[in-house]
Amino acid sequence: MSKRTIVPIGPYHALQEEPEFFKLHVEGEKVVHLDIELGYNHRGIEKISESKTFEETIFLVERICGICSTSHPIACVQAVEDAGDIKVPERALFIRSAVGELERIHSHLLWLGLAGHFIGFNTIWMWAWRFREDVLNILELITGNRNHYGMMKPGGVRRDINKTDIPAIRKLLDSLQDPIKMFRDAVIQDPLIHARTKDVGILTREKAVAYGALGPTARASGYDIDVRRDHPHAAYGMLDFDVITCEKGDVFDKAVVRILEMFESIRIILQCLTQLEKVGGPVDTNPKNVSGGEGIGFYEAPRGEVFHYIRSDGGNRPIRHKVRAPSFMNVPTNRETVLGATVADATIILAAVDPCYCCTERMAAVDRNDGRRLLDTRALIRLSCEKTDRLMAETGFQGPTLPDFRE
Amino acid sequence: MNKFHIITTIQTQLGDAILVVKRKSNLRIYIDITPHSLPDASRMMLKEFGARLQIATGVDTSNGLEVMYHWALDAEGIVITLRVLVDHDSPELDSIAPMYPAAEWIEREIWELLGIHFKGHPDMRHLLLADDWPEGNYPMRRNHEVTP
Repeated sequence: MSKRTIVPIGPYHALQEEPEFFKLHVEGEKVVHLDIELGYNHRGIEKISESKTFEETIFLVERICGICSTSHPIACVQAVEDAGDIKVPERALFIRSAVGELERIHSHLLWLGLAGHFIGFNTIWMWAWRFREDVLNILELITGNRNHYGMMKPGGVRRDINKTDIPAIRKLLDSLQDPIKMFRDAVIQDPLIHARTKDVGILTREKAVAYGALGPTARASGYDIDVRRDHPHAAYGMLDFDVITCEKGDVFDKAVVRILEMFESIRIILQCLTQLEKVGGPVDTNPKNVSGGEGIGFYEAPRGEVFHYIRSDGGNRPIRHKVRAPSFMNVPTNRETVLGATVADATIILAAVDPCYCCTERMAAVDRNDGRRLLDTRALIRLSCEKTDRLMAETGFQGPTLPDFRE
Repeated sequence: MNKFHIITTIQTQLGDAILVVKRKSNLRIYIDITPHSLPDASRMMLKEFGARLQIATGVDTSNGLEVMYHWALDAEGIVITLRVLVDHDSPELDSIAPMYPAAEWIEREIWELLGIHFKGHPDMRHLLLADDWPEGNYPMRRNHEVTP
């Protein structure tokens, strides 16, 4: 019998952008127990919310997470609307779904990149984040922001989507199809990814149900739940889409679910755009107050259902506001998935539930004298392609043929 | 089972445990039940109706400490909230975590923030607050005062 040791990951660790403490109890290389500690990032949002008006609360919950920054507001406005019996115009519902799905694509690409990075496949990381930029550009076009869109409000949305912008949005979305197909084929066919992710970190359906797992973590295990379909909200009852599931629940299946979901998201957004061309009218009912009562709202965030409960006494602030993010249910499943794994696999297993990370910065090279931007996205891609060409010529290495994104 | 049928069935099976039923809408039902019936009611929701515990919400009210268990019936698209009320003096409930790991973390959270004790919880210790947080200091209680 080998001696038991604890390998700590966190609470502050170079591989984690957010603090969380995983204590891996190992015997030799094998993980035999996992203890999870959290609370290093506890900000008391629920308590703060009790001192904010219903309008301010939406901005507060938008800052719970930089990635799910529209999922929390959608869930929260629905809780307020449920509590106060507030109606929402149809056009606003389509805008909510469109923004929510764009967020899903950028979040899944972000995860895909990180997952690639964790298994040492940095090409995937660079490609996934490069195409995530295009999604953020669409979000910027629609909302004015790359993250923290400030779109949701009780009774509707804050900004309309201009009809004149729709062709440009369609074009950008179409241009995403090929890259996502490339990721699909790269993941599904690559023997290296198979070796690192198949049969690794399996979450059985039974355990997924017992832990109340959500989102892709649940669906990869064959637990077929998705509140977009099961509890229709926003415009989802009026849209046609498939819920992607797999059977095995290993890291590979979790990746497959997320990649295939991106095609569904594009499908949903295109339907929303078609409807926005047809359905006119206001995007906000401008409710003056929230009558007393209680309400529940949820939204299928990229990581699974986000849940908000609001209680109002008829004043302008919630007297209780409960928030439950999907990672609260998904992170404990690591206790099952990491058992029996090696320490080397632990990082990708822990990352497979897509614990929430935040990314809101970007780089721009600007001429100090006149403020002109020196390097835009195209220029960076050109530099990258040129460097690849140069290295291939120097080493005489003939790599795989990739699409040329210089145009 | 359709939406309306399942709500009636649940109400019938809860029987005497029910104190008040409030239909906020056809999709959102709130049922106040007696605290001692909580384990049986939870087992019924989980095993017989295949419900999923979305989360539990604790609230400090003037009448006592309230805990709401939000159960989602995904096949029917409804949410049934089972609500229990316990005294401020001896706040105690039976833990449902032994039969349902999904409840483990939220019971720990409700204990440390509101001071409700969960009997039979397999791993009761601080979740969000520091390990050396003073005992009996519950930040989500209405009478909680922030000390510098």
